[in-house]
Parts: sequence; structure tokens; C-alpha cells
Amino acid sequence: MSSNKETFGKTVGFVLAVCIVCALLVSFSAVQLKPLQQANKLLDQQTKILEASGLLEKAGNEIVKTYNQFVEARMIDLDSGDFVEGDVINFDERRNSRDVALSIKPKQDLAGINRRSNTAVVYFVKNEAGTIETIVLPIIGAGLWDLMSGYIGLEADLNTVKSVIYSDHKETPGLGAEVLNPRWKALWPGKKIYNDAGEVKARLVKGGAKADDLHGVDALSGATLTSNGVTNTLQFWFGEEGYASFIAKYRAEGVK
Amino acid sequence: MEHYIAILVKAIFIENIALMFFLGMCTFLAVSKKVDTAIGLGVAVIVVLGLAVPMNQIIYQAILAPGALDAVLGITDPNESIDLSFLSFITFIGVIAALVQILEMVLDKYFPALYQALGIFLPLITVNCAIFGAVSFMVAKNLTLGESVVYGIGSGIGWALALVLLAGLREKMKYSDVPEGLKGLGITFITAGLMAFGFLSFGGISL
Amino acid sequence: MSSDTKKVLTGPIVDNNPIALQVLGICSALAVTSSMANALVMTLAVVFVTAFSNLFISIIRNQIPSSVRIIVQMAIIASLVIVVDQVLKAFSYQLSKELAVFVGLIITNCIVMGRAEAFAMKEKPGVSFLDGIGNGLGYGAILMAVAFIRELFGFGTLFNVEILPLVQNGGWYQGNGLLVLPFSSFFVIGLIIWAIRQWKPEQVEKD
Repeated sequence: MSSNKETFGKTVGFVLAVCIVCALLVSFSAVQLKPLQQANKLLDQQTKILEASGLLEKAGNEIVKTYNQFVEARMIDLDSGDFVEGDVINFDERRNSRDVALSIKPKQDLAGINRRSNTAVVYFVKNEAGTIETIVLPIIGAGLWDLMSGYIGLEADLNTVKSVIYSDHKETPGLGAEVLNPRWKALWPGKKIYNDAGEVKARLVKGGAKADDLHGVDALSGATLTSNGVTNTLQFWFGEEGYASFIAKYRAEGVK
Repeated sequence: MEHYIAILVKAIFIENIALMFFLGMCTFLAVSKKVDTAIGLGVAVIVVLGLAVPMNQIIYQAILAPGALDAVLGITDPNESIDLSFLSFITFIGVIAALVQILEMVLDKYFPALYQALGIFLPLITVNCAIFGAVSFMVAKNLTLGESVVYGIGSGIGWALALVLLAGLREKMKYSDVPEGLKGLGITFITAGLMAFGFLSFGGISL
Repeated sequence: MSSDTKKVLTGPIVDNNPIALQVLGICSALAVTSSMANALVMTLAVVFVTAFSNLFISIIRNQIPSSVRIIVQMAIIASLVIVVDQVLKAFSYQLSKELAVFVGLIITNCIVMGRAEAFAMKEKPGVSFLDGIGNGLGYGAILMAVAFIRELFGFGTLFNVEILPLVQNGGWYQGNGLLVLPFSSFFVIGLIIWAIRQWKPEQVEKD
């Protein structure tokens, strides 16, 4: 420990040198790895969408190829139900909902999301012949601990459920986190969202749904609040302030 | 207003950063032997969190967030958008360290009494992961400036509350007959676990 | 390998474990132990950061002006953590999502800072590097032990491979609901400390 290393100039020089080396290291890794990171993020999203449309097994390792071949993403305006132009790849519902110009405060905030983006991205999944088989709609709503987001796959009538796939949640492991349990997910196919009068009836039933219940699915045992969250999320997103106008318009006019 | 109260209550009880996310544990376990010291450290953490979270929020949203610099530099093509979010860790830790240092100097100069009480805890706080953790959560939750003030103070109160409660329990524990090998650290862990258990029952409260 | 070098490497795993004895770096130890895979990745990340920060700091230890010592250490550690975080995001998106803010929290992990200050500032690069690996592994040993207990008895799996088929999935094993909750690691670590101290009574704390 010699005293001459404490001069002002030397200290500043040393700090600068360390900064430059660190900056080089960090920027190099960030720039080099960026494309991989973006590809990974996209892959994760595409995997979930394929899972929601029931194509995941068929896709095997070729997620991106299958996705590009069969899935078409379109942006819609939730209030009017019309298709609009927009960047479907970088769309982020939660980021939009931070921006007062791009979102509204729902009159009835059943899903507990505080603000809702004006636009949404929906996914049309076609078969080999090019006809639309599945429509995947993103959903988001409060669970017990935090917002849970995921996708719901519907058949072309926009009423029959094919799948409910959650992609992001912070629910209690073993209780609320059972939304990811394959056995629970297997209860969904064939259920109807709306009844004949057009009311949203899909819900989770505490204590188990009856075998002939067209709209009800067993609630998650031990996770009443997560189950209520799922029911409310469906109520909101298929109601007036969710996809209702889009669904009405789509049934009348199809994809334009 | 309601929205802010909800964030505050959530940060204090439901998402208590000490008992639900285990942040700031090193200091949490080391400085919880006496209630008096626990209160001193608790107050210091509330102050630092209340300042550090909003300050980092401003820096993150103005400079580091993806696309934040585009308007300043006149970039319109989304493919050339600048994303500096990879620098957030190093920026946050620098800001926290600087903030603590400045706070120490200000207290020393203008509020000597307060400095006497809190001074010794301030250096401990720079490496307290509760501060860094709360700042990271602020980014993950994408809070606005107003929300981040409330969140910072709320999580500070939550942490301080847990610390003071644990210190109270440990003071009483001196009189209990703890098995030899469990004395000190071991029993403190188990006590903290039981407290976290209690706090779990706040889960699901919605405002 | 000479016996001294070996001691530097293996000492921190049992005799002088950073978590069990020095109460360092437990924040992340508690939060990421719900599965073996998470714990393993976290261990690797911490070993990497501790080893290399020790190495770099030891190389420049005679040049560092003591007035800016801490901030220089901080900058080196933060840079290494950013690299780890970027690599993780690039190669395992799923894991980086689960570990979320806890990777960033390695910066404030007292083990890294503690070893840099207490060991690397005094010793030669080679032995500092080993000390970093040793301490990282000591941290990892506890992490893996806790994760082993929690994943096996909580979820009936190890590294996501089914060992005890759960009732929910049509098997016979009723998962332990307490162990799947994050704070159960408080109890598990408390009990591990008890076990270590029964085995090595000289570690018992005096009142």
C-alpha cells in the first residue's frame, strides 16, 4: 500500500479505465445476444398460441415454421370490433394500458386490470386448406396475487372453447398454479362461452361442475380466489368491454 | 386515490418484501436483536426506499426504457429504436449508492440529531437487497411516477414492520428454552418463517 | 493440489458456509429454491460471478485507490451480473422468467461483495478465484439441499422428473402443501443449520 497511488489524477484515470472495460464487456454481450433474446421471447409466445390452437404436438420442434404457416395475427379495435393496422409483433397490452391515449378505464372492471388497451391482437389459425379452424384471443385478469395472462382458443363459431392456456401468472404453487395442470386444461374443450341469449355463462363451479353443464368447469380446489379470477376474466373479456363487438362483427362479416 | 391506497396496502401487507420475497434478509436477520435498533434501521429503509424507487423510475422511464431516447434523438423507425434496459442493474446500484451517500451528508450537515440516530445504518443500506429488489419490482410492474412513490414508501413500511415485529419476538425469546444447536440463527429462521405464514393470510384481500 | 488450496475451495462448503454460518446471501437462497433446476442455475450464476469478480479484483488489487474501492468492486460485479442475465435471457427464456429479478439481485448478494472485500483485496488472483468458486459452491450446497427437499416432497419431482406420482395426476402421493410455498425455505434452512451444528458443535452460538 504505497501512498503515491492516491493522487487525484491517478484515481480518476483508474476509474475511467474500469468504466471503459466494464462498458465494453456489457455492451458487447448485450448487442451480441439481443437477436437470440428476441427470438426466444417470440418463440415462447408462439408456443403458447400453438398450444391454445391445439397445433403444438403437430408442430414438434418446428414451432416457428408451423406458426408462420398456419397462424395469422391481426390487430383489432376493441370498441368498434373493426380490424386496424398495427405492429402485431411488438404489441404489449400492459404497456398500452399505461398510456391514457391508448387505453380506457372500463366502466365495470371485472377483471381487475385498472385500464384496458383500446386495441388487441387476435390470432387466426388456419388448417392446410386455408379455412379458419381456431381463433386465439389473449386474456388478462387478476388472480389471487397478481394479474394472470394467457390465451383462449375458440372454434370458428367463436363460442365453443378449445383451450384455456395461461402463460404468465404468480399464483400459489399447488393451488392457484394448477391452472397449468393438464388435467384441468383438459376440462375446457367443448364448453360454450355464451348461452342462446348471448349472455356470458362460462365460469368455474366450486365443488365441481355437473357432467351436463355446457358452460361450467370444475373450480381449482383450494384456490377459490384464483377460480373467481378466472371466471371474472372470462366475464370481462367476452362482455361488452372485451371482445363482444369484435365477435358480433366477425360473425356478420368474417375476416376482411 | 383509491388506486394509490390499494398499492400502499398491497406493498405493506400482501406483497411484503421481507416476508414474501425475502429481500434484505441479511440485515433483517442481523439487525433484529433489539427493538430500538430495528426501529432506527426501519426508518432509514423507509426514507431510502421512498427516494430511491421514484428516482430510479424517472431515470428508467426517461433514459433506459426501450424506445425512451427515440424522441430525443429523432428516431422514428421502430427497427432502430434504442433499448438501454440492459444497463438498468448497474445504473440502479449506482443511483442507490450515490443517494445513500448524499443523504448521509445532508443529514450530517442539517439534521445532526437524526444523523446520530440513523447514520450508522445508512452504509448498510446500499447493499441491502430490499432497496435494489423494490427498484427491480418497480420496473417489472411498470409503475408510473406517482405509483412508484407510494410503492417505495409502502414497501419500506412493510419491511420495517416485519423487522420490528421480529425484533420484538427475539427479545422475548431470550427467556425461552431453545435447543442448543438451534440457538441464534436457526430459531430466527423458523420464527421468520412462522411470521411469513401469518402474513400469507393477507393474500387475496382486494380493495 | 496442496492442502491449503484445497481448504480454500472446500472450506466454505461445510466448515465456513456463507449461508449457514456467516448469514450471507440468503435473500435469493430463499426465493429460488422451489425447484432443483432453478437452484442449479442460480448456483452456477453465483459461482461464475463470485469467481470472476474475485479474480478481476485480485488482479487489480494493488492498483485500486482505496477511496473508490467499493464503487470499483461494485462496477465489476454489476457488469458480470449483467452478462449472466443477458446470457440467461438469450439461452433459456423460461428460466430467466422464473428467476426474474433474483438474477439481478446477485449484485447485492453479500457473498460476492463480502469475498471481494475480505479475500480478493489481499490475496493472489489464482487463490482468489478458487475462493470465489468455493464460496459460490457453499452457497449452492445449501440452495440445492433446500430445493431437493422442497421439490421432492412438495411437487413429487426432481429436475421436473416425476419421482412420487401426485394424487392430482392420478398417483398416490399427496404433495406437501407447505413445502410448495416460498417461505417454507425458512423452516428448511433453519433445520439444516440445526443439523450442521449438531454435527459440528463448535459452530453453536453463545448467548
